Amino acid sequence: PGCEFLFPQASMMFAQSTQKRACSVLLIALLCCILSPPAQASKSSEDIRCKCICPPYRNISGHIYNKNVSQKDCNCLHVVEPMPVPGNDVEAYCLLCECKYEERSTTTIKVIIIIYLSVVGALLLYMAFLVLVDPLIRKPDAYTQPLHNEEENEDARSLATAPTPSGARANTVLERVEGAQQRWKRQVQEQRKTVFDRHKMLS
Amino acid sequence: MDQKGYRRGSFQSSTSDEDMLEIAGASLDFSMADDDPPLDREMGGFSSYNGGGMNGTSTMMDFLEEPLPGVGTYEDFNTIDWVREKSRDRDRHREITSRSKESTWALIHSVSDAFSGWLLMLLIGLLAGSLAGLIDISAHWMTDLKEGVCLAGFWFNHEHCCWKSNTAFTDRDKCTEWKSWSQLILGHGEGAFAYILNYFMYVIWALLFSLLAVLLVKGFAPYACGSGIPEIKTILSGFIIRGYLGKWTLIIKTITLVLAVSSGLSLGKEGPLVHVACCCGNILCHLFTKYRKNEAKRREVLSAAAAAGVSVAFGAPIGGVLFSLEEVSYYFPLKTLWRSFFAALVAAFTLRSINPFGNSRLVLFYVEFHMPWHLLELVPFILLGIFGGLWGAFFIRSNIAWCRRRKTTKLGKYPVLEVFVVTAITAVLAFPNEYTRMSTSELISELFNDCGILDSSKLCEYVNDFNSTKGDDLPDRAAGPGVYTAMWQLALALIMKVFITIFTFGMKVPSGLFIPSMAVGAIAGRLLGVAVEQLAYYHHDWAIFSGWCSQGADCITPGLYAMVGAAACLGGVTRMTVSLVVIMFELTGGLEYIVPLMAAAMTSKWVADAIGREGIYDAHIRLNGYPFLEAKEEFSHKTLAMDVMRPRRNDPPLTVITQDSMTVEDVETIINETTYSGYPVVVSRESQRLVGFVLRRDLIISIENARKKQDGIVSTSVIYFTDHSPPLPPSSPSMLKLRSILDLSPFTVTDQTPMEIVVDIFRKLGLRQCLVTHNGKLLGIITKKDVLKHIAQLANQDPDSILFN
Repeated sequence: PGCEFLFPQASMMFAQSTQKRACSVLLIALLCCILSPPAQASKSSEDIRCKCICPPYRNISGHIYNKNVSQKDCNCLHVVEPMPVPGNDVEAYCLLCECKYEERSTTTIKVIIIIYLSVVGALLLYMAFLVLVDPLIRKPDAYTQPLHNEEENEDARSLATAPTPSGARANTVLERVEGAQQRWKRQVQEQRKTVFDRHKMLS
Repeated sequence: MDQKGYRRGSFQSSTSDEDMLEIAGASLDFSMADDDPPLDREMGGFSSYNGGGMNGTSTMMDFLEEPLPGVGTYEDFNTIDWVREKSRDRDRHREITSRSKESTWALIHSVSDAFSGWLLMLLIGLLAGSLAGLIDISAHWMTDLKEGVCLAGFWFNHEHCCWKSNTAFTDRDKCTEWKSWSQLILGHGEGAFAYILNYFMYVIWALLFSLLAVLLVKGFAPYACGSGIPEIKTILSGFIIRGYLGKWTLIIKTITLVLAVSSGLSLGKEGPLVHVACCCGNILCHLFTKYRKNEAKRREVLSAAAAAGVSVAFGAPIGGVLFSLEEVSYYFPLKTLWRSFFAALVAAFTLRSINPFGNSRLVLFYVEFHMPWHLLELVPFILLGIFGGLWGAFFIRSNIAWCRRRKTTKLGKYPVLEVFVVTAITAVLAFPNEYTRMSTSELISELFNDCGILDSSKLCEYVNDFNSTKGDDLPDRAAGPGVYTAMWQLALALIMKVFITIFTFGMKVPSGLFIPSMAVGAIAGRLLGVAVEQLAYYHHDWAIFSGWCSQGADCITPGLYAMVGAAACLGGVTRMTVSLVVIMFELTGGLEYIVPLMAAAMTSKWVADAIGREGIYDAHIRLNGYPFLEAKEEFSHKTLAMDVMRPRRNDPPLTVITQDSMTVEDVETIINETTYSGYPVVVSRESQRLVGFVLRRDLIISIENARKKQDGIVSTSVIYFTDHSPPLPPSSPSMLKLRSILDLSPFTVTDQTPMEIVVDIFRKLGLRQCLVTHNGKLLGIITKKDVLKHIAQLANQDPDSILFN
């Protein structure tokens, strides 16, 4: 239901029975397209490093060495520069040092954080819209479908079956979107009653 | 079989926080479902695989009549009929196989049908792995956001911010690009005022995150709260909860999980990751007809998705499959084993390629040491197991008591306020102690870590004697002052975590339980490990130590004790056995520690079972009254089927439908007056000989459809379930044949059947109801709810707590 709201053009073109399927395919394609480039992003030079940690040795204090080298060069001899100990002590010193090769992808991190923040922002905006703007739009709207009027007027206890007449469907995009949104709202309302009010589930 | 009671509840909003989110429109629409073809919408091209002829032999007429849309589907909060679903799938498969010989296209169709399962597993693994990567990276970043921000790019967390800079050896965590809030606002980071400002910002961020989480949950997807594993267990045993595994639940659960974990609350993300993975599985099932139409096949896919979820949470594919087998699934056919493993592997591989932790590790607390342990150390390990069992039983009791209070008293009316207060308390208590200030995963990682020569944390501040070091192998050393400080700080952290988790698990935000239990166990284990290590160091001449732990040797590894403690506590709470050991050994990457882990896990399970029978998930299932028939327990009472069946002695007789003498009006009266979900069909009221069983939903749909579409069907039309219409005078209105919705092979037992066998039948076959006959005549009916109530009654629990059908 929420997806139909986001892709009204697509929802017009597909038949009812394939609508949900197409919606799911679109979501997955979007997700894969967004997440696969970061996963295969080329490693820029600031994304790899070889980190050697050398503890205090005799009278030399401890030090950490970072250098951009490839994995085969990631050992004490290539990374620790300048070597603080004279030549015959190098081996003993290097035995104490621990070298690790690490790589990361800054692009992945940036893309994922930005995606996350934009989704949170979109959800907050939508919630603000539903809480503040929507009630103002609905009431003074003279043109509503008969079914919407009925819903608001009739007693909440009566069990209505399908809200839309099966024959003459509202064909404009906006009305289909609105219908979907109303159905989704009802579903959320029902879930909220089950979980928060009646405590039937998820205590 | 009462199913309507809960729906016509009160429609007045009774929560005071709900005023803000009052949404107009409150009429119920049963047809609204994420994954259910609606009752009376035109579905062009709705082809179902032999939905009507579920009984094998069908005549020409039945093949020609297409089953109606909606027949064979289930209502919300009902149990599926496993037998029917499985036989439907077999029929579909037979049809495809027989058609595949006709043309090349049909052959391709049959091959693609066989491969659709594997393709689905691949997609589930990809999606679950991607979402887990997103959750990990975002949670990592947002957790550090409470403490400061990175000037080089706001999207970096502390570790990545300081990645490039050359830091000094003694001050490894400080770098110039990372600014704490007090440094940003005041310009300097020292002093009492800076500390207070940091404290204040920490609490503010924590409150902001948790409030956002609970508002999103409440506003968009109320099913996204809690852990999800009890409900998934129930769904996998055959229950239907529409919307629980839908798109909005998936989005909201992913987003709010990150917020909840980042807010510093004492919860983990493993349980909700299982829910997220199952949502992915459910959503992707809609792409394939084979899984969309058939509820039993879909549950196979959900079992595999649950395995993928645990696999990305722990980086343990095999452990994930075993977890799905042991804890979550109800029926686990062997075919699912291989597919689950494939899905778990794909998910782990996807997560690894996203690389959330920057060093190709899947989990933050992967350990790499391989120190040997001595047989005498089994004594402290068993002590840890006992501690784990005791803590597990204590936690389950208190958490269930608190959740019951939330369900029944006014506490449950203020969910947002509850989250606010718990977060405030957690944040205020957590900041002063550095071990509770860091995220729980980091704490566990630090506790699992074996102190090497290069570690500079407080926990590793031993008295070093550099002249005697040989390479990297450190001997047991005396504890320095840093270690003593760390010990009492850890003890305080332990007490705080033990108590605050009780109130956190079950709140209206996504909350998992694995990480907090592992943290409790790891702290206890590390404390014991350091104690034993110091004991061995100062008294190395005692008899028990002298044999194997001489001076200068490295014999005690406190990190191992922490691991064993974590496993013990987790086992005590969830009562996992094999899956727990496999997950822990996949975390350590070696077989050396299997014996200590198994010893601790077994001890904790035995101790916890001695105190209380159920694990935390089963306890929550019982608290919520889900209709879950426990597959692991034996039924050991001597009752008979006739003690449990309905109608009882004083009840009105069984409501039946005759096979060819009732009119449409009679049937509609029965449907309106009773609320049973199905009716037996008999030859005649006098003979009470059984013909079959018909479901209420199918009857309603068929009669409505017949009234609209078929000519001449009026209230006085006769309904017949036989093959040929009964002889009637020609002036009577045309008759309605409903044989296609009749189940001709309902399960029956005699009234003298012991209940042990009946319960076994229900478990093994997944029945919803079972008819009871006496001398060949229909006597009564036993439903799954009756069985559950009977079991509850015999166990001296409240039989009215079984709420759903």
